[in-house]
Amino acid sequence: MTLKEVAQTVEAEFLNLEDRADEEVNTACAADLLSDVLAMRGDAALLITGEAAPQVVRVADVMNIRAILYVRGKRPQKKDIIRWATQRGIVLLSTPLPTFEVCGRLYKAGMRCSECPEDEAA
Amino acid sequence: MDRQVFAYSVVSTGSFDDVGVVSTEIKRDLEEAGVEKDTVRRVAVICFEAEMNLALYTERGGNIQVVVEPDRVDIYVEDDGPGIEDVEKAMQPGYSTAPLWVHELGFGAGMGLPNMKENSDIFEIVSELGKGTKIHSVVFRRKEDAA
Repeated sequence: MTLKEVAQTVEAEFLNLEDRADEEVNTACAADLLSDVLAMRGDAALLITGEAAPQVVRVADVMNIRAILYVRGKRPQKKDIIRWATQRGIVLLSTPLPTFEVCGRLYKAGMRCSECPEDEAA
Repeated sequence: MDRQVFAYSVVSTGSFDDVGVVSTEIKRDLEEAGVEKDTVRRVAVICFEAEMNLALYTERGGNIQVVVEPDRVDIYVEDDGPGIEDVEKAMQPGYSTAPLWVHELGFGAGMGLPNMKENSDIFEIVSELGKGTKIHSVVFRRKEDAA
């Protein structure tokens, strides 16, 4: 599915890089614990997280994550973090919905777990 | 490709905001040096965990050196921080001495050193209380993994 479809599915808004709305993202991981993201196997295109600390964008960069979806209306509190993410080409989205609902809706829409390759969307 | 040496210093500023920035630089440098994607990621994860430890536990930070060879990447992390009291314990998944504010930022799960080891082909750590910690990690390059 495209980032635009992700945004529509979970009522999210783009915080930057809206011009990348047509980019495909088909694998995701959901974690608040950045240690879990760093221990992840496989490549996730999308990170769903309730953690809005500045380090999230650094972890995303290192893990080749292309988009971050903040839940519960969260967003980075510092403008330079959004700028940094934009420079590194990391798309930031924010949804008012909680994590469980976000994951459920996206799974139903075709998004799959980045660490379960046997379960990959067709 | 010849041997290439990259050196970085991690400053412990007391602020956590910039943690990870050095590792993203390392990632960029290795990509530019033509190192394959899978290797870059493993090295970047190892460096990220190391960078956090330097920022969290040392007063003055420390140094990370990355040596790229045609068949392997060596990572050397050195600090003159407080040292690790029980290295064996610290290597156990879930063991953490991180303070609460670190947990609140999404870290401190006790997965740092185990994750470094997991991503390394060779992992050596020497630590002495009051003197500091030295880590040597090796990632063998597997060209066929490049995707």
